[in-house]
Amino acid sequence: MSRYADLLNLPDARGHFGPYGGRFVSETLSYALEQLDEQYTRLSACPDFQAEFDRDLARYVGRPSPLYHAERWSKRLGGAQIWLKREDLNHTGAHKVNNTVGQALLAKYSGKPRVIAETGAGQHGVATATVAARLGLKCQVYMGAEDVQRQAPNVYRMKLLGAEVIPVESGSRTLKDAMNEALRDWVTNVDDTFYIIGTVAGPHPYPKLVRDFNSVTGREARQQCLDSFGRLPDALIACVGGGSNAMGLFYPFLTDDEVAMYGVEAGGDGLETGRHAAPLNAGRPGVLHGNRTYLMEDEAGQILETHSISAGLDYPGVGPEHAYLKDIGRVQYKVATDAQVMQAFEDLCRIEGIIPALESSHALAYASQLAVTMTPDQHLVVNLSGRGDKDIMTVARLQGISL
Amino acid sequence: MTRIQQTFSQLKAQGRKALIPYITAGDPAPQHTLALMHALVAAGADILELGVPFSDPMADGPVIQKACERALRHGTSLRDVLQMVAEFRQTNTDTPVVLMGYLNPIEAMGYAAFAAQAASAGVDGVLVVDLPPEEGDELVPLLKSHQLDVVFLMAPTTQDDRAQKIIAAGSGYLYYVSLKGVTGSATLDVGAVSARVAQIAAMTDMPIAVGFGVRDGQTAAALARVSDGVIVGSALVSQIAELADRPVEIAPRLTQVLSEMRQAMDQRA
Ligand SMILES: Cc1ncc(COP(=O)(O)O)c(C=O)c1O
Repeated sequence: MSRYADLLNLPDARGHFGPYGGRFVSETLSYALEQLDEQYTRLSACPDFQAEFDRDLARYVGRPSPLYHAERWSKRLGGAQIWLKREDLNHTGAHKVNNTVGQALLAKYSGKPRVIAETGAGQHGVATATVAARLGLKCQVYMGAEDVQRQAPNVYRMKLLGAEVIPVESGSRTLKDAMNEALRDWVTNVDDTFYIIGTVAGPHPYPKLVRDFNSVTGREARQQCLDSFGRLPDALIACVGGGSNAMGLFYPFLTDDEVAMYGVEAGGDGLETGRHAAPLNAGRPGVLHGNRTYLMEDEAGQILETHSISAGLDYPGVGPEHAYLKDIGRVQYKVATDAQVMQAFEDLCRIEGIIPALESSHALAYASQLAVTMTPDQHLVVNLSGRGDKDIMTVARLQGISL
Repeated sequence: MTRIQQTFSQLKAQGRKALIPYITAGDPAPQHTLALMHALVAAGADILELGVPFSDPMADGPVIQKACERALRHGTSLRDVLQMVAEFRQTNTDTPVVLMGYLNPIEAMGYAAFAAQAASAGVDGVLVVDLPPEEGDELVPLLKSHQLDVVFLMAPTTQDDRAQKIIAAGSGYLYYVSLKGVTGSATLDVGAVSARVAQIAAMTDMPIAVGFGVRDGQTAAALARVSDGVIVGSALVSQIAELADRPVEIAPRLTQVLSEMRQAMDQRA
């Protein structure tokens, strides 16, 4: 019996993971969240709904994604065998689509004709615009004005898909401000609008349902490990922004006590500089965007601006389930600095012929450090959460190249 | 009886309704807030709602978002706001002050420290926008144990069973949000508000004040007819924004806007 058996029962009925999570919203949204909770509880127990979700994942997203043995890279490092869970091969190029396919189904069953989303890197925005197009739903995506600049290709992709991108000029003009604006939209249009949140954050039931929709990653990976090397892996590694790709990989392994887990936050210029996005490593508990979790904040409780090379990790909070997994010690949370991330990014391009997303490169960077402390008969699974095509402008700029 | 209860029962005896202006503390800069509080009282305010600035005011429209940004540029903290209330109390011991804001600055200060210091500063009530009753198990009893009223929001989307919970948890008055939207929105429907407020009034003896989207004397008067009080925020804060670089003109302008509402409300009463 696992020491961690109770984790599978979380969150509780009110959305709490220990002291974290919950539903800290202004009253207008309470009813919509209660309805969503009820609807999700009903549909997730319904075989037809699950079958429809699985069919979309297979035929539209292209699942299952492969578990790829990065043999050359593993050999180079000379430690554990590194296996990559290839979420980058999904339709739209990241894990985000697992969740948007699921939430779009919920939107369809709720009968609401309009969806909204917040996005940082633009991956969630693209994944939302994609499913909205397919279901004929009107789609508006809030994106920090800063991110609109640095992720121009994804902005255009959303427009091609028929979505409207609304630049957010308030606050720090990044992901947290986009989320504020999406919440304000939802409060105003709650009758006809479904809010598709892009990570395991926000008010209950979002952290739970986004985790559930992403857990297909971990379920597949678990079986693929057994098929590929006849046992469970020694460790799992995933990057953590809001934490959806990490929860998706970790959740089906939580009660496998022998499997170690590492979440990797954005170390930016280094924790000591304060220029990072690592609330689990350097923040403290507080309340933002509808849940209690670790936050980057000043001593007066104001939310701080974050810094990361990757827009998708540039967020001052983190999903509440991660906060709890950290406190109880089930998952270890590490950081990778921008410099370490660039090194891992280049290594994967040159050695394995895969251009990874800068977000995912955080997981790769820590994997390369951990692998060398292990032996060649040990196995590491890394969530390669997305492909790096969207990041080539950023990387070129850092290399001093203009395209 | 708390100061808030006293205010409402006096108004009731006079056949009048509460006028409750909101400004963000520290806007346009902290040194102006105290004078503005006194000016609002002189112009006819019965209760003051003082906003505690927050970096991520997700229930507020652009007007109050910018007010928070102005206040935070000067570093206005929750402790500073409590200090302002303490100073206000040195010369005004009658007008209730309700702090309105978001939970995180209170979490950062610590619930117990906040409850004690708010009470000793002379705060009367606390409205935490992102704290529904379900999440209030810890903070609400602490506030009440310091004789602070805990004001909750009720919205057009609030169903009757939740309304009962909110009534049971709250004290002082209920804040009925007039519309689906953020503060400062422009689509208030007086007819719909009247109908719902009447239904809620049948469930409780607590006074009901209506806010969000009140721009002028006419709307204030119409809402006063169907409720126990009217809250005015963005209409005042937008004046502060306009005069942010001419702060001496703010108090006279707020006086003008609020007096007009006062008159309109009292004429109808
Ligand atoms: C490829 C990729 N990985 C990871 C993330 C971070 O999100 P999360 O931590 O929710 O997986 C993003 C967000 O945009 C992303 O695009």
